[in-house]
Amino acid sequence: MKVSFFPGCSLEGTAREYGESIEAVCKSLDIELQELSDWSCCGASSAHSTNEFLSVALPARNLSIAERKGQDLVTPCAACFSRFKAAEKALTCESKVDVGIPFQGKINILHMLEFLCREEFSEDIEKKIKRPLKNLKAVSYYGCLLVRPPRVTDTEHWEDPQALDILISRLGGESVFWPYKTECCGGSLVLTRVDIIHRLNGRLLDMAREAEADCIVTACPLCQANLDTRQEEIGDKEGVSYDIPIFYFTELMGLAFGNKGVRKWLGRHLVDPRPLLESKGLI
Amino acid sequence: MELIGDKNFRDVVVDAVGEEIFTCYQCYKCSAGCPVSFAMDMLPHQVIRSVLFNQKERVLSSRTIWVCAACETCTTRCPNEIEIAKVMDVLRQIQQESGKQAKEPKVPIFHKAFLDSIKKTGRVHELTMIRNYTQKSGELREKLKTGEWKNDVRLGMKMFLRGKLKVMPPKCGGVKEVKKIFEQAKEHKKA
Repeated sequence: MKVSFFPGCSLEGTAREYGESIEAVCKSLDIELQELSDWSCCGASSAHSTNEFLSVALPARNLSIAERKGQDLVTPCAACFSRFKAAEKALTCESKVDVGIPFQGKINILHMLEFLCREEFSEDIEKKIKRPLKNLKAVSYYGCLLVRPPRVTDTEHWEDPQALDILISRLGGESVFWPYKTECCGGSLVLTRVDIIHRLNGRLLDMAREAEADCIVTACPLCQANLDTRQEEIGDKEGVSYDIPIFYFTELMGLAFGNKGVRKWLGRHLVDPRPLLESKGLI
Repeated sequence: MELIGDKNFRDVVVDAVGEEIFTCYQCYKCSAGCPVSFAMDMLPHQVIRSVLFNQKERVLSSRTIWVCAACETCTTRCPNEIEIAKVMDVLRQIQQESGKQAKEPKVPIFHKAFLDSIKKTGRVHELTMIRNYTQKSGELREKLKTGEWKNDVRLGMKMFLRGKLKVMPPKCGGVKEVKKIFEQAKEHKKA
């Protein structure tokens, strides 16, 4: 199985362990990720906040390369996914926008979560599980752009998505209900309004704790970074102490598959998940 | 009359987001679900009403358009399918083109630093982008004064030691094409 892969800018930096775990998991499942040649940034929030043309043309360049290659395009970042889907709609709808870059809409654009949760991989995933995530209680955090707005993302259940929950259960863990599956982490305000970031992420951490979860599972580099890197600051501000590991879903897959390198990925987190996993006998 | 170029402000917004905006019946659903409404000086349903009343200065000088996190909750839940998050986008675009200072000046400076990084290397180099942003927004000076820089350095060091900071800028073979896109974008302003 071959697909075009668009890593996105953060996989080379803050989300390095996401990239490493994706690589290992896909290898285990015999999926060949072919990195899109000469890919460029999707423009993220900054492009659509600044210039309409940029917000379509920057993703369109990548979509056009992928369409020429003729394979479906998979991306692990919720923001990239959202910008690609929005550009796909803008370039192919009735009143389509012309940015001088050809794209017919002949390929599928998928987020990594959606891709790995395809029915065709479910048997392989079950077979690969060597160490079920027994006793691990996790809340699924989808965030905004993976699901919203549904007329862009083509998501069926945008208020109560299920893919991560099903995956956690399939890996042998316990998916715990919480009402904040698709709440916002503040994303692009990360440098400009840290106070807002603290408040939004503090609420998420508090709710995870109230749901008695051991950890939060994400599918987005921005959500993971906001939740993982700010816990000490939020705790200091509120006079409490947070210590909630924030996993990428592919890290949990790799853990259950017994992939090499798991300890290395987890060592990159600011909130170290290894003590939790050791206490559960999972590493 | 509130004009942008020779066009009515309201018409510019309607052209970009569609006529659904006229169907707003002020149900407050957008404002009730907005995760950042606590930081806004106008609630989303008020922004929509203001746009319809052609109150250009009022909405463009608001804090709301900058603290909006673009989470799309409002657009998703609007019973009349108004693309409220897109309205916010259009307002941010028009405000930035006006050249006036924004109510939250750091947000457009962040966007510029982000886009400059793409223009230069085709992809965002997190370190370069953060350096440019902290310098140009005045945050570096502020933090040096308050001593807050120590927290940032501590966080930065933690990330560096964990291999999460890419030191060298990325190499992307498509830089020329990306630069061309930026050149073309200049010709597609709202005004």
